Amino acid sequence: MRAINAIATIAYRDFMKFLRDRTRILATFIFPFLFIGILGGSLQSNLAEDAGYNFMAFIFTGVVGQVMFQSTAAGIISLIEDRKNDFSQELFVSPVSRYTIIFGKLVGESLVSLAQGIGVVIFGLVVGVPLTLAQFIQMSPAVVVSGLFGGAFGLLVLSNLSSERSANQIFPFVIFPQFFLAGVFSPIKNLPFVLDILSKLSPMRYAVDLVRGIYYLGAPEYEKTVLASPIVNIVVIGTLFAIFMVLGTVMFVRNERNR
Amino acid sequence: MGEIIEVKDLVKRYRKAKENAVDHISFDVGEGEFFAFLGPNGAGKTTTISILTTTLAKTSGEVRIAGYDLDRQASRVRQSIGVIFQNPSLDQNLTAEENLRFHCVLYGLYPFAPTYGLMREGYKRKVSQLSKVLGIENDLNKPIKSFSGGMKRKLEIIRSLMHNPKVLFLDEPTSGLDPASRKSLWEYLRQVREGERTTIFLTTHYLEEAEEADRVAIIDKGKIVSLGTPEQIKKKLIKSYLLIGSRETRKLESELNKLKTKYTKLNGKYRVDFARPAEVQKLVSKIKTSLNYLNIHNPTLEEAYLDIITKENNASH
Repeated sequence: MRAINAIATIAYRDFMKFLRDRTRILATFIFPFLFIGILGGSLQSNLAEDAGYNFMAFIFTGVVGQVMFQSTAAGIISLIEDRKNDFSQELFVSPVSRYTIIFGKLVGESLVSLAQGIGVVIFGLVVGVPLTLAQFIQMSPAVVVSGLFGGAFGLLVLSNLSSERSANQIFPFVIFPQFFLAGVFSPIKNLPFVLDILSKLSPMRYAVDLVRGIYYLGAPEYEKTVLASPIVNIVVIGTLFAIFMVLGTVMFVRNERNR
Repeated sequence: MGEIIEVKDLVKRYRKAKENAVDHISFDVGEGEFFAFLGPNGAGKTTTISILTTTLAKTSGEVRIAGYDLDRQASRVRQSIGVIFQNPSLDQNLTAEENLRFHCVLYGLYPFAPTYGLMREGYKRKVSQLSKVLGIENDLNKPIKSFSGGMKRKLEIIRSLMHNPKVLFLDEPTSGLDPASRKSLWEYLRQVREGERTTIFLTTHYLEEAEEADRVAIIDKGKIVSLGTPEQIKKKLIKSYLLIGSRETRKLESELNKLKTKYTKLNGKYRVDFARPAEVQKLVSKIKTSLNYLNIHNPTLEEAYLDIITKENNASH
C-alpha cells in the first residue's frame, strides 16, 4: 500500500512539474513543428508523388513514436542528473525502495510523454495530417507501449552512467542516431547492409514502426511504409522491455550507492 | 543518554580514487546531542553525511543509527532520520504545500491524494499549524520559486521534521544564505532543538556555527583530528596565556624565577601558560615589579581550528 502511494506521488509530481513548466511545454511543440510542419511539408510537396504516399503522415507517425520513446527515456535518465538537485534528493533518503522509485518514475514520465504525444497529434491535425477517430483510438495503446519501452531503454542507459558523468552529454549520442536509423522522418525500407544491421539494433525503430503499422493498418500505403507487422514489433518490444527493465533495475540499484 | 549514531572505523574510497575520502573515522553521538562536523571544503564532511544518510555505500566500517544497522536495515534508518541537503531539495515548480504533502506520503504518514482538499484532516491540521510557525499561511499555495532563500531552508527543516525523525542531518545548511537569514535560521533550529529534543548532526565550515554545538569533531583530509566540546578543543589545542611586560625586565624575570613560574620570552615580554583563570590572579597578585603590559590571551575556536588545519597540512607536505 505504501509503495502504491509512493508510486502515485512520484508519478504525480513528475506530471505536475511538466504541466507547470511553460518552456518545456513550448519545446514540446517546436520539434513536431520543425519535422512534421516544415520537413514533412516540403517533402510532401516535392517527393510525395514519386513515393506514392503522404509524407506528412509518414513523418507524423514517426514523430509520435519517437516523442513517446525519447521523452520517457530522457525523463528516466534525468533521475541521475537531478539526484543532487531538488526533490530527487529527498526520494533517495526516503524509506521507499529503489524499485518503487524507478517504477514511479516510469509511470510519471510515461504520463508526461503521453501529454506530449497528444500535443503532437493536435499539431498534426492542425497541419492537415489525415487522422480518423478510429485510427486515433487504435493508435493509443501503441503510443503508450512506445512510451514505456522508451522508459525501459532510458533505465538501461541510466544504469550504465556513472554519477560524475553528465547524462546530458551522453544522451544525444544515444538517441540522435536513432532518429535516422529508426526511420522517424526518412524511409528505411531499403538500407545498405551495415545500416540495416544498425537500424535493427536501434530500439526506437520498433516503437516507430509499431505506431506506423497501426496507423497504416489496412491502407494501400501499408506495404511501402511499414517494416514489420505490429505483432512482430510487439513481440520484439515486449522481449526487449523485459530485458531492459530487469538488467537496468538490477544494475541501477547496485551502482547507485557504489560510487 | 544512549548513543544514537555509532560509527566504527568508517572508510570510504571512491572508485578510481587513490586516497580514502573518509579514512578510518570513529565517533558516537548521544541522543539529543548537537554534534558538529567541522572542516574545510573537501575534508570528507559530505561524504560522511552521505554514508550516514544511506545515499552512498561505505567501503568498510560499521555504522548504526537509532540502533539500526546501516547495511541491513537501511529502510529503518531512513525512517529514523531527516536530512537537509547542501543543495536545496524543494521542487521549485511545486507549491510549499505540495512539497510538504509529497514528503508525508513518501514517509507513509498519509495516503496519497492529488489535491490538498482531499488529504486527511490530520495532515491539514499539521500543515496549517506549521505554516503559522513560519508565517507562510498565505503563501502555502504559491510556488516555492517566490520564497526567499532563508524561507526555503526553514520550509525544508519543517518538512524534514514532519515524520518526527530521531536524528536531523544538516549538510552545510547555511551555505548560500545572507547573514540575516543565517541568524534567523539558527534561531529557528534552536527552538526546534528545545522543543523536540531532536539529535542534530551538522556539517559546517563556519566556526561560529560549530561553537554552538555540544561537541565538535574537526575533520581534515578524511580524518578526525580533534573531537570534544568546543571548550575542550580550545583547551587542548591552544593554551590560554598571560603576557606581561615591564620596564624593569630583569627584575621581573628574577621575580618570575623566584615564584617558580614557567615562562617563555615573547618580543621582550613574558608569556605564562595557564589552565584556569584563578592561576593568573594568584600569579599577578604576587608580582611586585611594576608592569607596563598585561594581557590575557583567550583563544577562539577559530584559532584552534586554523592551528589544527595548518599543522595537518605541514605534516603532510
